[in-house]
Amino acid sequence: MYTAGIDIGSITTKAALFKYGKLAATKLIFTGYNSEAAGKKIFTEILQEAGLKESEHIKVVSTGYGRGSVSFADKAITEITCHAAGARYLNNTIRFIIDIGGQDSKAILLDENGKVKNFVMNDKCAAGTGRFLEVMARALEIDLDKFGALSLKSQKPAPISSLCTVFAESEVISLISKGVAREDIAAGIHESIATRVSALAARAGLTVPVMITGGVAKNIGAVKALEKALNINTIISEHAQLTGAIGAAVLAQNLK
Amino acid sequence: MAEEKDPEKEKRKIKSVKKMKDIMTTYYIEAKMAEQTGKKVAWITSGGPVEPLIAMDVIPVYPENHGAMIGASKMGIDLCQKAEAMNYSSDLCSYARSDISCATVNGGPIGGLPKPDMLICCNNICGTVLKWYEVQARYFNVPLFILDTPFCHTQFTDEARKYVRKQIEEYILFLEDVCAKKMDHDRMKEVGKISVEGQRLWQAVLDTAQNKPAPLSAFDAFFHLALIVTLRGTKLAVDYYKELLAEMKQRIADGIGAVANEKYRLLWDNLPIWYRTKWLSEKFAAADACLVADTYTSAWCGALKYIDENNFLESMAEGYSRIYLNIGIDEMAREVIKMVDKYDVDGLVMHSNRSCKPYSFGQLDIQRIVRKERGLPSLMIEADMVDERFFSESQIATRIDAFMELVRERKGA
Repeated sequence: MYTAGIDIGSITTKAALFKYGKLAATKLIFTGYNSEAAGKKIFTEILQEAGLKESEHIKVVSTGYGRGSVSFADKAITEITCHAAGARYLNNTIRFIIDIGGQDSKAILLDENGKVKNFVMNDKCAAGTGRFLEVMARALEIDLDKFGALSLKSQKPAPISSLCTVFAESEVISLISKGVAREDIAAGIHESIATRVSALAARAGLTVPVMITGGVAKNIGAVKALEKALNINTIISEHAQLTGAIGAAVLAQNLK
Repeated sequence: MAEEKDPEKEKRKIKSVKKMKDIMTTYYIEAKMAEQTGKKVAWITSGGPVEPLIAMDVIPVYPENHGAMIGASKMGIDLCQKAEAMNYSSDLCSYARSDISCATVNGGPIGGLPKPDMLICCNNICGTVLKWYEVQARYFNVPLFILDTPFCHTQFTDEARKYVRKQIEEYILFLEDVCAKKMDHDRMKEVGKISVEGQRLWQAVLDTAQNKPAPLSAFDAFFHLALIVTLRGTKLAVDYYKELLAEMKQRIADGIGAVANEKYRLLWDNLPIWYRTKWLSEKFAAADACLVADTYTSAWCGALKYIDENNFLESMAEGYSRIYLNIGIDEMAREVIKMVDKYDVDGLVMHSNRSCKPYSFGQLDIQRIVRKERGLPSLMIEADMVDERFFSESQIATRIDAFMELVRERKGA
C-alpha cells in the first residue's frame, strides 16, 4: 500500500513516497513557473525511482502554495497541517514547529497528540522568509549554501534594522560600501530573520521540543541565530525541507 | 438561451436586498438633488450623532458609506492613487484617501457625493476623521462641527458626560445657525425614539443569527447595515428593518440558512474587505462555515444600553462616547467573548485592517484573551477595507484553509 505527498512551494517542489506507512523515497526539484507541471514531473520521477507505475492506485495528498494545481491528488491539505503530521512522523515528541519556507514562515503549536493547536504566519511580505536570505546572499555574492556558515565566523554582527526586504537590501549595500566585514553583515542578516521569526513563535505560544522545518533549516547560521533569539535548542531532521511532503504522505494514509 | 438559475441558490437569497437597493438609490438621488429642492446636506462620520440632523430636516451623507461603495465597486485603487498623487500618504486610511480624491474629480460609483453645506465630525471612531474633515471643510469652504468624545478607557466619568453634553448643546446651536431656523425639540424627541426603535430592530435582525443555521451571515449584515448608519432616526429605517426581521424569522421557520450546509460558526472582527466580500463568503461557505456575527455591524446598536429613548439628548452623550471603538481593549475583549457565547461560535476571524488603526490595534490582545477565556482558534487576515493593493489572495487562502482545518479538527468532524 503506497501513499504520496507532494508539496509545491514557491521555490521548490518536494515529494515523499510511503510504503506500508514507512518513508520509501523522497525527491526535490525546483518549482519553476509552472507549478502544475512541477507536480506531475516530481510524481512521475518518484514513481520511476520506486519502480512503480502511475496506474497503480496510490493515494496522493498535495500541499504548499501549489496544492490546488495538482489535478491527480485525492486531497489538498495546507502546509500547516502537513508540517504538523510530518514533524511528528520524524519525531513524535515535537510540540512546536518553526517552518521557514520560500515565501512565508510559520510557527505552529501542537497539542500533546500532535494536532495543530494554534498557528501564526508572517505578514504578507518577504521579511523573515527564505526569499529574504536569498536576496541578501545575492547582495553579498555568497552561495546560499555557504551563507549560514559564513555568519558563524562573525565576532561583531552588523545590525540590520529595516523590516522590509528591499530596504534591508539597500542597508546591506551601504554596509558593504562602508567596508563592514562580510561575515558581520551575514550575521546581522541572520539575526534579523531570527528576531522576526522569534516574534511569530512567541505569538503562537512557544513550547519545547521545537523542530525547525523548511529549506532554511539547512542554514546553520539561521538555526543558530534562532536558537539564540529563542534561548532554546531545536531539533532538525535530515528531512527538514521535506517535512511538508512527508506529512502529506502520512495524511494520505487516512484517506478512505 | 436564458441563464438557468440554481434553485438552491435562489432559495438562499434574501428578498429584502432589492428593497434596500431601491431605498439607497432614492436616498442618494434625493441627496444629490438637495440643491434644487432647497434642502441642506451635512457630511457626517459613521459614528456621529445623526439624529439632530434628521430633526432639522438636513440630509445626512456619509463619506464612509461612500467609501464602502467605492471599495465594493473595486474603484479603490484608482482613487487612492489619485490621493497619493495629491501628496497624501499611502499609510492614510483608504476611506479618507478615496473620499478626498473623489471630491476633486466627482468619481466613484455614483459620480461623487453631493456638495456639503456643513460637516459634522465625531472622533468616537478614530482620530483620522479630524484632519480628513478639516481638509474637506477647506476644500468645500463650509463650516465644520467637531464633537469630541473622550476615550473611555475603563469608564465614562461625570466630567466626560458634562463635557460631551455641553458639546451637544453647541452642536444644536451650530445647526440652528447654519440652517437659520430653531430646533423643534418635540420633533427631536420623536426622532430620538425612532432612532432607538431602529437600533433595537437592527439588533433583533442580528440576533436571528443565533439560530442554527443562521438565516443571515455577517456578509449579509455588511450590506443591510447601510440604513442603520445613514438613515438612523427615520421611519424608513424602522419600516425596512421590520420587514427584514420578518423575513429572517420566516427563513428560520423554513429552515433556510445563509450557508447551505452550516457546520461551523465564526465571528468576524473589523471592517469588511469590501472588494472581496463575495470571494470571502464563498471561500468560507465552501468549508461549510458561516460568519454568523461580527463586531462591526453590531456597533450600530451596541450602545443601546446607555441610551434612554425618553431622554435622548441627555443620554446620547454617553451612548455616542461608549461605542466599540472608543473603549479600552479589556472591555472590547469582553464584548467579543459575549458575542462568542451568544452566537455559539467555533472560531474568530480577524481582519487586521491597514486603514483602520483604532480597530486593528489591540487585536492581538483580544485574540489572546479570547483564546485564554474560551480556547477558540483564531485567524488573522491582513488586508485593507478599500485598497486592494494590500490583499494577497494566495496567502490569505492558505491561512483560511489552515484555519478551517484547525476548526474542523477541534470540532471532531
